[in-house]
Amino acid sequence: MGYVAIKGGTKAIEESIKRLKYERLKEKKIVNVDDIKGSMRGLIDQVMSESSLCSRELASIAIKQAEGNMEEAVFLLRAYRSTLPRKHYTKVLDTDNMLVERRISASFKDIPGGQILGASYDYTHRLIDFDLTDESLEDAIKWVDDYENEKIKDDDTDLKKLPKVVDYLREEGLIKTYEDNNKEPIDVTKKSIEFPTERSERLQILTRGQTGAITSLGYAALRAYGALHPTVGELRIGSLPIYIDNPLDQSSKEEDSFYIGDIKITEVESFIPKEIEKEKGRKEIEFDIGYGICYGQNETKAIAMSILDNCLETGNKKYPTHDEEFVLLHIDSVESTGFISHLKLPHYVTFQSKLDSARKTKKGEKDNEDRL
Amino acid sequence: MKIDYNFAFFDEGSKREIRRATLKAVAIPGYQVSFASREMPIARGWGTGGLQLTLSLTGTEDVLKVIDQGSDESVNAVNIKKLVKKTTGVLNTDDTNKATLIQSRHRIPEKSLKDKQILVLQVPIPEPLRLVEPSEYKTKRLHAENEYSGAWLMLFEQIMKYGNMSTGADHPVKVYDRYVMAPSPIPRFDNPKMDYSKALILLGAGREKKIYAVPPYTKVKSLAFEDYPFEVESFEDKECRLCKATGVFMDELIDEDTKETYYQCNDTSYCLDRLNNRN
Repeated sequence: MGYVAIKGGTKAIEESIKRLKYERLKEKKIVNVDDIKGSMRGLIDQVMSESSLCSRELASIAIKQAEGNMEEAVFLLRAYRSTLPRKHYTKVLDTDNMLVERRISASFKDIPGGQILGASYDYTHRLIDFDLTDESLEDAIKWVDDYENEKIKDDDTDLKKLPKVVDYLREEGLIKTYEDNNKEPIDVTKKSIEFPTERSERLQILTRGQTGAITSLGYAALRAYGALHPTVGELRIGSLPIYIDNPLDQSSKEEDSFYIGDIKITEVESFIPKEIEKEKGRKEIEFDIGYGICYGQNETKAIAMSILDNCLETGNKKYPTHDEEFVLLHIDSVESTGFISHLKLPHYVTFQSKLDSARKTKKGEKDNEDRL
Repeated sequence: MKIDYNFAFFDEGSKREIRRATLKAVAIPGYQVSFASREMPIARGWGTGGLQLTLSLTGTEDVLKVIDQGSDESVNAVNIKKLVKKTTGVLNTDDTNKATLIQSRHRIPEKSLKDKQILVLQVPIPEPLRLVEPSEYKTKRLHAENEYSGAWLMLFEQIMKYGNMSTGADHPVKVYDRYVMAPSPIPRFDNPKMDYSKALILLGAGREKKIYAVPPYTKVKSLAFEDYPFEVESFEDKECRLCKATGVFMDELIDEDTKETYYQCNDTSYCLDRLNNRN
């Protein structure tokens, strides 16, 4: 019962915060923000994706401050995000124009433009590399220089103009061609969602969802609770240029827009077979697309997102993974970790109140027995 | 890369949006108004709804009191006060009378509130029907249709099972004869203090992204049946070990040496005030 009844919370908090700093520094080691930025790519990518804030520098500071704790780093960036005025929306991006670093298809072996493996853990053995314990900076620099000087056989593939795998199925009529939906997306950070949601809202919430949560729910849908069997049509990783309209001139002319930088993203298009009912009960199989996209290289998350996107589009009442309230309201890192951790707060009053009710029910039982 | 935060943390656009939702909430007593709900530097579920209200309302002249389950010195209350002070520089107080703004988690102070004070309550689950209907889509419609059988049945079932209504804190209330509202988990003991309160009561749920309100002098009635009237927690024969107060909400504590149960005012500033004024 200690810390509420006793005066001195302020002092206790100060000491606890000091202790936290001590834990961070007690080994008398510090890591530079630049070192984090230069070597913690996977962590930075996940942190940026979950906090929906694209800044490697801020992510690195947050990671340092949080001692590498994901949920804390995301929390810091989300809170910081609340203080930033939203001044512009970017122009619509077309991922056809991505400068591709990695691009694979699990649906077709031979895709126009070819499979590009790029950098991936997929083909490594997960054996701990003990040599890393005494890796030296000199060796690292030398390795990089050698690598960069290696002659790479050039072919004439234009990495900025790789055709989408999905177009192939579209041409054959196996995937429905939809008209472009040019409706202005709803910004979920400016307006809380109402159900039923629009796809633009769903995609935003999925892409900023907690990596583990998205992966788990996507896995559940794939394994048993979703009734779908996706094939990764195309997974691509690369950078996209971002443009905004000229803020002083509302005409939105292409040549007046400003280039403000590149973002690196992972994009996944999954093909999901679906039965189409034709005349007289005849059935055909076509394919639906599940779409996943997120900051950085987060392949598992993007694939899981593509599964959940399709689940929520289908909305089969049998499965919780198809229930938009179940999925969308429980995958945000800041929300879920916040509410779970609030259980550590004192509940003296609320528990006292419940205790009173519990005692009254006991008394009620006795009264009833007396009456019998 | 060093940046100063704006007055009251948020950018002005965010504050304006919260105020708009608040005005709507005051205009429709007990109705849950959606708002975007920004992420805060304290955790969701730790009072971010209340904090967003407080920050959007704080002006330079305000005097702020923050309590957590009755205590001004609880870790979370201290933390919230520290943040508001850091980003606004307003004065803090423990004295209920002196405060213009009171943010509270799960208690309404024992001292009656006055005109022009604002009480901000932190809310974990704003939806009084959530226990009977998990879907937000459906509960929104139940409110619109004034369809509250679920809430009544919940209480009825408790009576059937336990012999009386066994709600702990958060016993649902009806506001202005229209909306059934979760009073935030204040103990039943505090429910009657909402009825015709002189102060404006604002309730904020950050994670659930809802703001709702009880305007001053508004009827608030706890749900109950004619033959099973609403009952508050009973402390009839108890008195505070320190200030000898009776008829207030008590903490139940155990004496470490004698293992005896004793009681103490839950509202620490009320208790202190009585102790100080006795001497």
